[in-house]
Amino acid sequence: MSTATAVEPIVKSAGLDVETLRAQFPILSQVVHGHPLVYLDNAATTQKPLEVIEALVRYYTDDNSNIHRGVHLLSERATMHYEQARIKVQEFIGAERADEIVFTRGTTESINLVAATYGRTHVRAGDEILITGMEHHSNIVPWQMLCEEKEAHLRVVPVNQDGTLDIDGYHALLSDRTRIVAIVQVSNVLGTINPVREMIKAAHERGIPVLVDGAQSAPHGAVNVQDLGADFFAFSAHKMYGPTGVGALYGRYDLLDAMPPYQGGGDMISSVTFEHSTYNTVPHKFEAGTPNIAGVIGFGAAVDWIQKIGVGKIAQHEHDLLLYGAKLLSTIDGLTVIGNAHDKAAVISFVMDGVHPHDIGTVLDLEGIAIRTGQHCAQPVMDRYGIPATARASFACYNTKAELDKLAEALVRVKEVFE
Amino acid sequence: MSDMRELYQEVILDHNRNPRNFGVLEGANRHAVGHNPLCGDNVEVFMDVEDGRIHDIRFKGNGCAISKASASMMTSELKGKTIEEARGIMAKFHDLVVGGGDESDDMGKLAVFSGVCDYPARVKCASLAWHTLTAALDGSQDPVSTEDKEIALVGIEAALV
Repeated sequence: MSTATAVEPIVKSAGLDVETLRAQFPILSQVVHGHPLVYLDNAATTQKPLEVIEALVRYYTDDNSNIHRGVHLLSERATMHYEQARIKVQEFIGAERADEIVFTRGTTESINLVAATYGRTHVRAGDEILITGMEHHSNIVPWQMLCEEKEAHLRVVPVNQDGTLDIDGYHALLSDRTRIVAIVQVSNVLGTINPVREMIKAAHERGIPVLVDGAQSAPHGAVNVQDLGADFFAFSAHKMYGPTGVGALYGRYDLLDAMPPYQGGGDMISSVTFEHSTYNTVPHKFEAGTPNIAGVIGFGAAVDWIQKIGVGKIAQHEHDLLLYGAKLLSTIDGLTVIGNAHDKAAVISFVMDGVHPHDIGTVLDLEGIAIRTGQHCAQPVMDRYGIPATARASFACYNTKAELDKLAEALVRVKEVFE
Repeated sequence: MSDMRELYQEVILDHNRNPRNFGVLEGANRHAVGHNPLCGDNVEVFMDVEDGRIHDIRFKGNGCAISKASASMMTSELKGKTIEEARGIMAKFHDLVVGGGDESDDMGKLAVFSGVCDYPARVKCASLAWHTLTAALDGSQDPVSTEDKEIALVGIEAALV
């Protein structure tokens, strides 16, 4: 075998034809401040391919009507597309049954749903809820609110300097009082991929259910909730090429079935009298009111699109970008990457000596490069590292090494300006 | 790069590197704390005010070049001014950074912040120190937050101009 064939897959970037793929994202071809847009804020939200945009347009153009109750053709079609999306999402995360998928507004609402239903039912005074030091605010505050209400205690697994979790600390914090473990699979700041399967196993040995925040993991690698053993898995469509304002909660059927409803209203009931209401079955019990029908259908289209490209290929391409980007940035004097776990997703948070992240963000913007700066809704992570904020570049399937070259060149200019 | 120089003028970069009147003012009789929870910036303003005049003013804090330079130039500008004059300058500065400034306003050195109005996301950075100053003059004990209702509107106002 010649050397040329051996290296070919890497040259072709994990078999992804990135240029063809980019053409499916109309937004990427625009010019920002006189430069071609380089979009590196994918951990905040990814861009949407035409297939997703067209699914939204098609719904509003051809099928718009309310679901589940209508007897007319449009309603039947809309209901069919909505429920097909549920099956697509089920298959995407490897859930056993489609009714284990509850559509929500996104990861945040998914977690709030579990805290308000399962949490309120099972957590009592003196109990403990265990989270980690690298959670997004959306996996901190709902539990904090529950703890305040129930006089329970929030326990936090420490984060090591390299951005990994202190796993011994995790085991030590699991106790007879722990009622729920809520952990992020991939940190939105550090990029760390946590050993969630092992952590779930340890919790299950004590009979403790585990919620996994999959907002950053679902778009970037194959997720199988049954293989992980997750009891709950929360994620958002908009971080995986789908529309904003829609997401899903996976819950093990027996848990969902036993949980009280989240919000009251239409569609979540079987019958209503002024004396008493009985509730609909899972998952409809948790989907009160007219849902984001177009969003859910767009979510399904995003899943189809990812499956067509190939989750494995996307993950490999992003990993190549991560290694390339990390190497490039390591050559810039005075730049420190925050989060250096061996198992890491395509997120690079960094700080630069003498330059505030906000200024980095503005200078890059003027060069057409979109990154995120600030605390990334993870203030405790900033406190852990004793920094006010970071700059964060995060990659998706449509990013290229040439774009990372531009990032590195612009960062060198940032240094020159502020020195 | 030229756009960048409109925002990051040399004066701003200079005040960022070497902030004036930086540090705690011992014996200050006016003091307030400001915070931008979105980016973690914080600023403290100290003043010695007597007979309606700012005899001395200092600040300390952490922030981006825009917020640091703004605080630094604010202290340079206001030292020796009466409270009324300071409030007048504050009002004009506000108009300048949200883009509603009257060109006939003589902003003096503060005019270097005129580029900020093109960056709605950065208006709060430029105005944090000034809102904190107002709180100190008003004798407010509550920390100022850029997400307080009235101040948060400033960013929206700028975005709409």
